This record gives sequence, structure tokens and C-alpha cells, in this order.
Amino acid sequence: MTKLDSKIPAGPLAEKWTNYKAHQNLVNPANKRKIDVIVVGTGLAGGSAAASLSELGFNVKVFCIQDSPRRAHSIAAQGGINAAKNYPNDGDSVYRLFYDTVKGGDYRAREANVYRLAEVSNNIIDQCVAQGVPFAREYGGLLDNRSFGGALVSRTFYARGQTGQQLLLGAYSALSKEINKGSVEMFTRREMMDIVIMDGKARGIIVRNLVTGELERHGAHAVLLATGGYGNVFFLSTNAMTSNGSAAWKAYKRGAYFGDPSFVQIHPTCIPVHGDYQSKLTLMSESLRNDGRIWVPKKKEDAELIQQGKLSPVKIPEEDRDYYLERRYPAFGNLVPRDVASRAAKERCDAGHGVGNTGLAVYLDFKDAINRLGKNVIEARYGNLFQMYEKIVDENPYETPMMIYPAIHYTMGGIWVDYELQSTIPGLFVGGEANFSDHGANRLGASALMQGLSDGYFVLPYTMQNYLADQINIPHFDTNTPEFNQTANDVQGTIDKLFAVNGSKTVDSFHKRLGLIMWDHVGMARNKEGLEKAISEIKELRKEFWENVSVPGEKTGMNVELEKALRVVDFLELGELMARDALDRNESCGGHFREEYKTPEGEAMRDDSKYMYVSAWEYKGADNEPQLHKEPLIYENIEVKQRNYKTA
Amino acid sequence: MDLKLKIWRQAGPDAEGKFVHYPVHNISQDASFLEMMDILNEELVANGEEPVAFDHDCREGICGMCSLFINGYPHGPDDSITTCQLHMRKFKDGETIVIEPWRAKPFPIIKDLMVDRSAFDEIIQAGGYVSINTGGVPDANAIPIKKEHADLAMDAAACIGCGACVAACKNASAMLFVSAKVSQFALLPQGKIEAKLRVENMVAKMDDLGFGNCTNTYACEAECPKDISIANIARMNREFLVAKLS
Ligand SMILES: Cc1cc2nc3c(=O)[nH]c(=O)nc-3n(C[C@H](O)[C@H](O)[C@H](O)COP(=O)(O)OP(=O)(O)OC[C@H]3O[C@@H](n4cnc5c(N)ncnc54)[C@H](O)[C@@H]3O)c2cc1C
Repeated sequence: MTKLDSKIPAGPLAEKWTNYKAHQNLVNPANKRKIDVIVVGTGLAGGSAAASLSELGFNVKVFCIQDSPRRAHSIAAQGGINAAKNYPNDGDSVYRLFYDTVKGGDYRAREANVYRLAEVSNNIIDQCVAQGVPFAREYGGLLDNRSFGGALVSRTFYARGQTGQQLLLGAYSALSKEINKGSVEMFTRREMMDIVIMDGKARGIIVRNLVTGELERHGAHAVLLATGGYGNVFFLSTNAMTSNGSAAWKAYKRGAYFGDPSFVQIHPTCIPVHGDYQSKLTLMSESLRNDGRIWVPKKKEDAELIQQGKLSPVKIPEEDRDYYLERRYPAFGNLVPRDVASRAAKERCDAGHGVGNTGLAVYLDFKDAINRLGKNVIEARYGNLFQMYEKIVDENPYETPMMIYPAIHYTMGGIWVDYELQSTIPGLFVGGEANFSDHGANRLGASALMQGLSDGYFVLPYTMQNYLADQINIPHFDTNTPEFNQTANDVQGTIDKLFAVNGSKTVDSFHKRLGLIMWDHVGMARNKEGLEKAISEIKELRKEFWENVSVPGEKTGMNVELEKALRVVDFLELGELMARDALDRNESCGGHFREEYKTPEGEAMRDDSKYMYVSAWEYKGADNEPQLHKEPLIYENIEVKQRNYKTA
Repeated sequence: MDLKLKIWRQAGPDAEGKFVHYPVHNISQDASFLEMMDILNEELVANGEEPVAFDHDCREGICGMCSLFINGYPHGPDDSITTCQLHMRKFKDGETIVIEPWRAKPFPIIKDLMVDRSAFDEIIQAGGYVSINTGGVPDANAIPIKKEHADLAMDAAACIGCGACVAACKNASAMLFVSAKVSQFALLPQGKIEAKLRVENMVAKMDDLGFGNCTNTYACEAECPKDISIANIARMNREFLVAKLS
């Protein structure tokens, strides 16, 4: 059994990373050329890591599902990226960003990792500006900031409502530069199917060429997974259609522990569900909470009339509106963290005050901001989001308040990694949303982009080098070994098995049913009974899938249904582990809300005496239950408290 | 609503393609265009037929993956949006909708409605970046930039690389795409240092890859889902001229 060693460097918190870098092993420039590194994923984490590793001199092979590295899901991030620059002079510091992140995560993240994240946050902004990322600026020519949830300072840098796009295009430009130089080889429209382990170390991957259908083999001295989050296990989420959990799941099945799988973020401001044909949910950026006020009708009768389409929200007088976040959390108001805002919306809707034709929506109202600042200011700040809303809902949010409802958005859980972002499989590193590391039980807005770029530009190039330093005598890998043959056969076996089912139900129909089980029982509110039910329902669904799924078309050539089927195979297993993890954790923390464990006011109630740990699950084979390992969390630099957003 | 779809089907890059007719029924006005395509595909799969292959991913208009030519327009008849943001309320009950892939030599068809746009990546690789490595850069606020310039650079940088400009152009010119990247850097101090090489290399690569000439029809600007302005083309031409003269 692998031992859980988080490898946190010794010394005071603020010096750990500096000390690490001062003492780590390095590879001499001439030897770097002898070393191959595989990077799976070209989002912020993968794109930035691949470019930086190549700049150092390693040979890098990069893979992504889309037709271009520029289209990774990071492109969709809207609101912004945090950094502790303190440019607005409003009291920010590395410590405060660290503190807010640990507190926001409800004390379920590792102190040393989060501190490092806060520390390098400033380098990220410098790097991106130097690349030509057009961040928003003030008239004086310096960078502008906005506020995000869970913070009392303005530390969020942004590029209109397209921050993720601009940061990703920055990383993509660095990657393109390295491709041009010849030290990065880019493989697009490829999906990693499995990881090849030799002598206990990650030594390569099997990928499916999505155009030809061929299985290809690639060997390397180390493998980095930067494959994003698994929110699509819920079918409906704000993630892109190809976002998946498969790469992480394959790593888990090859021996990497899965950390905190049940920690999922439900984002409070998404466009509500409107029909059963719906394919995804659209996020309305958190930045809107800077100027929008969230409310529902005070009177149930009003809510009912609105649901029936007989009353317009603009007709409801001020005194009949319940600005419930401002009422419940006076200090943070509309800027409470996401988990708190989501639960509060659910609470009001469950109590019968929801709006929209389903009653599952609340208002996000810009009336006051428009009166105060003028329509043009609001348009300059959020124009593209308002346009996006109008196209989907067919209502003008400048005139009628937006309707929003929580939706699955982000997964804090992921492959367990140590301080070096290395999994329990030596040589397998995991970065970005795919790892579990920095956000505990709830991620603060604008911190995923920060983490992805921190991992990729500033952490992995150091820590991977530390690992690679003793690999310089190992020659380039031959992919004709028994291990490669075996792994490729396993992958082919799954594909053959899928075609052999020859059933009558579509892949999507199973995925939708899985999504409903997950949303009902492993979503915003969880309880023991529901979680147990989810586990047994998922098992049954999995059985039915393997008896009755239909995958038409050929094994060779482009086959989109096969791609989807392969991802759903893994979701059907991953969903069960998520429910299991949620069942183990008899407490509420951050986004993990167990109805049995709450304060009299309905807030999440942690149990630090029993659950102050990271759960790390070990795969024990298809017929056995996974084994739970615990990494205790130790807080030496932060006083652990009940989270409080009512008073500052 | 009920609709008649006329869709281009092509088994592979070298196979012969043809239009195939598919009726679809009971489509909600509130469904997106791609959700309508999902419904068709679900029906096809349920009948054991192969679904229509089309590119898509984020489904919120930013990844640039979706690419359909609908009733003669790249990204369909609505303005300033991508196909994934197009909603069925823009169509009439009973209407026939013709759906084709991008048609341009540098974008060969892969299957059905999917095309290969890697030519765009190659153009960026030729110079669409600032040649700096990770680390060792100045403090972000040490490079002040006029807000006006930063805003214009952002307007240009908003390009999603979908290829609608090429698909809209009778010459399959990529000038709007290339000029948007050249402009972003031309407007920023960070981009000035390599300005000459950048514009020369990117334009040479564009020509190499077989994209056609710009004959100022402005079809690209009209069809661009992100409203990238043709002023960028003028800016690039200036950059190019300056490069040649220096
Ligand atoms: C709508 C939306 C808005 C957001 N807004 C913000 C925001 O304002 N601020 C913020 O901080 N965060 C935001 N987030 C979160 C943030 O965008 C993501 O967490 C982050 O971008 C993830 O980056 P990544 O590099 O880890 O993965 P991704 O960007 O998801 O990239 C994954 C990559 O892996 C590849 N891949 C996956 N599986 C495989 C496989 N099996 N084989 C080969 N390749 C594979 C994909 O092709 C892709 O290249 C937002 C998220 C969403 C959904």
C-alpha cells in the first residue's frame, strides 16, 4: 500500500516554497533534451505547464480533445482571476488571500499549498501582462480590479467578461511559440484512454485518435494530467460538452488515490433549467453580484402569480421584495461565497418563494445599479453577459430582472496530489481542476484560473524537474513493451465490449438518468438515506447500461457516439465513488451539505474533531469496495473557526 | 415546431458527400439550434443510424468549436452570435433549413459538418505571440497602457478563431482572423518589439496555406460572431507596409 505523504517542506509557512526551490534537484540543460514529458490537456494548467517545460528544454508532447489547444474549457471562464497585488490599496496581502481561500474552503484545504498559491498569484498577473493579455485598465493606464464573493477586498483582474479566454489565449500563444520552435509536439483531437505503468511509475499513455479511431501509444519519463473537472457527471452543468472525468478515473484505476470526490461546487448564478432537451447550463458570471441584487417575493402569493405568468416582477414594490442574502448576511450581502448563496436560493425556492415558470429561480436585479451608475456603465461592465442572457431566455435584463438558479459548476475534488502535485503513482503529476488540491470544500470565485496558471507556470516546472533529475539515464521509451501491449489491449477490450452490447438505448439517455440521480441525492443537499439510494441506483443503472446501450457506427474513423459512451462508462463509476465519499463525511462543510448536520440557522456545521481530513480513496478492483485513506489537515497559521459572513 | 432539415453528410475526408433530408418534429422554440441537432441525433441513434457529426463544445459562444453554415450564413441568420447561441425561435414552423460545413480549401472536411481548421493554429505558430519565457518579467503595472488602446486590443483579441470569416468570404480569405491577432499586439507596447517579423511571418504563412486575397467585400465582418472590425485589416496592412519599408 502506498503511504500518504503530503511532502510539505519544513520551515515557516512563508518560507516553505522558497526553501523548496532552493534545495530541489535540477536537470542540467544538456540533459533536458533527453527527457520526454507528456502533458494531457491544454487548458490553463496544461497549456501553461507545457509551454514552460518546453522553454526549460524538455521534449514535450501535448494532447487535447478539441481541434485546437485554444479551445480547452478554460476558454469559457468569464469573471476574473485573483491575485494579492493590492493595487487598489484596500488592505490585501499574500496572507489575506491565503486566509480567505482557506476560510472560503471551509478549512478543508492544505495550508502549505494554499499559501504557495497566494504567493505566486502576483507572478501570474505579471506574466500574463507581459504576454499581451488585454486586462481591463483604468484611465490612468494601470490595471483595474473588481470584487468577487468571499472577500472584502478588490483583487480580481479581468478582461471584460472573457477573462478565461484571454488568459488561455496567452497560454496558447506561449505554447504556439514552443511548437514553432520544435520542442512541443501537439496532438489535437486525441483522447487519453489509459495510463501505462512500468515498474510502478507512469511511463506513457494510450490515446484514441478521434479522427481515425486508431489507438496510439506514447511513452515519456513523466506524465502530467491537466484534464479539467468532472462536473459533467451531473449531465447538466456549466462545463463544456467534452469535459469529462475519464483521465482522472483511469489514473485512479491504475493506482492514483482520488481526493475528496464528493466536493462539488454549485454555482448560484446560472440560467435556470428550461426543458428536458437541454444540453447544458449557462453560467452568469459571479462578477454580476458586484452590482446585481438578489431577491424573491416576500409573499408566496406573489411568487405563485409570477410562476403562472400573471404578474411581472417589476410590478412588485420594494417593501414586498426579500433581498434574502443582504438580510441574512449583512457583512458580505450579495457577495457571500458560492455555497452559501446557492443554498440560500434553494431554501427560498423550497419554501415556495421561487420565480419563473418552474418556481426554481430567483431574481438578480440591476435596477438600482442602473439608476445609480447609468445603463451605459452597466453595459460596459457586463454587456456580453446581458446579451448572452437575452439570446437564451428571450428577455431583456436591463428591463426585467435576470432569473438565476444554482447549477453544477466545478469540482474541488480530484486526483490526490502531494505538495509537488504528484499523485500516489510516481511520475504521474496532476494540475488544474483535475487535482484536488487548493480549494478545500468550496472554491472562491476567480481562484480556479489562478490555481491553473499557478500550477502550470510556476509550480510544476519546478516540481516535475525535481522528479526528473534522477531519470536522465533512462533512454526514450519503447512503446512495444508488455505493459504498453497490455494497456492497449485493455482499452480495445472496453471498446469491443461497448459495440457488443448492441442494445436499444442511447448513451445520452443513460447519462441524463445518472445526472438526475446525482442532482437529487449527491447535489446541493445530501443525506444518508439519499446517498445510499444513489449508490444502489447507480449500480443498477450501470448494469442496465452494459446490457442495453446502443453505440452505432464503426470502430474506425470518427465516431462521436463511441466517444460519449467511453466517457459515460467512467461517469457511471465515478458517480458512485462521489456518493460513497459524501456518505463517509458525516458533517457539512463548504459545498458538501448534509441535511443532518446544520446549525439552527441552517448553516453548514462542520465536525472538525472527526472530519478534518482529506479523503483519499484507493481503488481495490471492480469487485471490491475502495479503501479510504485520510490525510489529516493541520492548521498552524490560521485559527479554525465557524465560517461567518454575517459580520466582518 | 416541425422542420425539414437538409444536411450535408460525408463519411470521411475523401468520401463523396451529399445532402440528406431529415424531418424533425415538436421542437421547442426555446431550444438552441444544437439542441435541435441533438434531438435529431438521438432519433438517428435510436434507429441504429449514425448521428450527424458536428463540432461543438462550450455551447456558450466562446470556444469557437461550432461551425455550421445555416441557410447560407456562417453561424446562421442571427447577428453577432455563434451557432450554439442560435435559438429555434429565429425559425418558422415548417421551414426547411439547409445545414452545411464551412466550405474553404484550407479547411478540409473531416466528416459530415466537421472541418479541419488547424491552418489557423499554424498561422498563430508563425508569430502570434510575444517571445518571452515564463518568469523574469516586469511588474504588471510597470507597463502602463492607455485605456483606449487596451480596449481596442481587447476588441481584437475577442476573436474566437471559429473560421466564419473564411467561410463567409468568396475568396476564403483569412485576413480578418490574422489581422485581429496582429492588431492586438500592434496596439500594445508588449507587441511592438517583434512587430515587423510578426506581421511578415503570419501573412506569409497565411498565403502559404492557400487562403485567398481580400477584395474588400466585408462579408467577413458582417458574419463575424464577435463583431471583429475590418478596421483591423487596415491596421494590419499599415503594419505590413511599415515592415516592408523598414
Ligand atoms: C462557465 C465557466 C466560467 C468560469 N469562470 C471562472 C472565473 O471567472 N474564474 C475562475 O477562476 N474560474 C472560473 N471557472 C473555472 C475554471 O474555468 C476552470 O476550473 C479552469 O479553467 C480549469 O482549467 P484546467 O486547465 O484545469 O482544465 P480545462 O480548461 O478544462 O482543460 C482540460 C483540457 O484537458 C483536455 N482533456 C480532458 N480529458 C482528456 C483526455 N481524456 N484526453 C486528452 N485530453 C483531455 C481537454 O481537451 C482540455 O484541453 C469557470 C468555469 C466555467 C465552467
